Amino acid sequence: MTYLATHPGRVAALLGEHVVLVAVSLAIALAIALPLGVLAARNPRAGSVILGLAGVLYTVPSLALLAILVAVLGLGKVTAIVALVVYAQMILIRAIVAALRGIDPALIDSARGLGFTARQTLLRVEFPAGLPVMLGGVRVAAVSLVALATVAAWINAGGLGVLLFEGISTNNPQKIFAGALAAAVLAIAADVALRGAERTVRT
Amino acid sequence: MTSSSRTVSPNGEGDGGARVELRGVAVRYPNATIAAVHDVDLTIEGGEFTVLLGPSGCGKSTLLRTINRLVEPTSGTVVIDGVGVRERDPVELRRGIGYVIQAVGLFPHYTVAENVAVVPKLLGWDKARIDARVDELLKLIRLDPATYRNRKPRELSGGEAQRVGVARALAARPRVLLMDEPFAAVDAIVRASLQDEIARVHRELRTTIVFVTHDVDEALRLADRIVVMNSGHVVQAGSPDEILEHPADEFVRDLVGVDPETRRLVLERPLIER
Repeated sequence: MTYLATHPGRVAALLGEHVVLVAVSLAIALAIALPLGVLAARNPRAGSVILGLAGVLYTVPSLALLAILVAVLGLGKVTAIVALVVYAQMILIRAIVAALRGIDPALIDSARGLGFTARQTLLRVEFPAGLPVMLGGVRVAAVSLVALATVAAWINAGGLGVLLFEGISTNNPQKIFAGALAAAVLAIAADVALRGAERTVRT
Repeated sequence: MTSSSRTVSPNGEGDGGARVELRGVAVRYPNATIAAVHDVDLTIEGGEFTVLLGPSGCGKSTLLRTINRLVEPTSGTVVIDGVGVRERDPVELRRGIGYVIQAVGLFPHYTVAENVAVVPKLLGWDKARIDARVDELLKLIRLDPATYRNRKPRELSGGEAQRVGVARALAARPRVLLMDEPFAAVDAIVRASLQDEIARVHRELRTTIVFVTHDVDEALRLADRIVVMNSGHVVQAGSPDEILEHPADEFVRDLVGVDPETRRLVLERPLIER
């Protein structure tokens, strides 16, 4: 507890960096996963390619992926964000596909029959109806990224991982504890907040 | 428009129904060895209540869905009020045709009022007009607007949900209403009351209704004209009396049952004030 008590400002600053890292990655990941997920849900052939590729990327060990990305993009936040975005794809695309494929066909039939365009059906019927399942995916992705982002410190991207790596190299368990505790609290907070959001959108 | 039967009901509701002609309509689904619908010729007069009756898989739903272009015929044409549906944009076409299905398909994230308002909103009506229309429709289907406006679909019984489905389909005053087994999922008592409601609504609005069912009693009770289908063909088309008196073949005879006199009782059952 001592490190946390003596350096609350530093822990808070690193926590802030961590939140930004995860939030930016998640936002970019969603912007990519949404169109890919819609395409994958609509077109089974494209779906198997997209999910297959995302699955392969997901199985690459995180350190290996970071090492490869560092070789291409160098050290720093951008590289870390790219890695987090790649990891989130599998989780998000799979949730979006499950959400869209799980929608009651009667909803889509009546939307089309009443004169919704394909786009209106997607935005006004399919997305809202699939939102709880999609938010479930966002929640799992957010919690995973909070954990994964600690590794980003290894490539100078900052965040709570800094405390873990410093603690390991200087043999300071208090620092490790402070970093781990802050990351765990952040993960739980993200989980609780997104569960709440899921509940409010569930009809 | 070349409508022959534009009638305006006393309360200003609706402007009658459109004439729907099916000319040589055939539908063959990809990879299917046999056509779902074979060369159907059928003229439905404006304001007529037509029931497509037949066993499941006979092509009646497919035929219905060619009218609003949810299914495109492989050959033949559908003409509404003299205009071929293929000449019209499918989205614009569907906004002018009511559509009710067995599973109802109310949007779960919308309230009852928002569900009913869907098509007027797509058509860009202003809010005051939509609000007034929603209340008018809820009254038409006998759901108290104050009680039901803000309910979510999950708070409705099966019968109430289907009433809202009917209100939603009628919202923009369509001149054709398509109903695909709309009451098949509710219990017999609720079904009877929904049948009474739709008969009353039809009497008030004189909308052309094309109604699909496999339930003979329902067909006899509601139809001005019954179109019996089997294996994609129209086997017989006629008034309930004609179907009962002179079944065209063995299939129709079996369908309506061995005892036409018993069936006739259905016709004599008073539909509010038939």
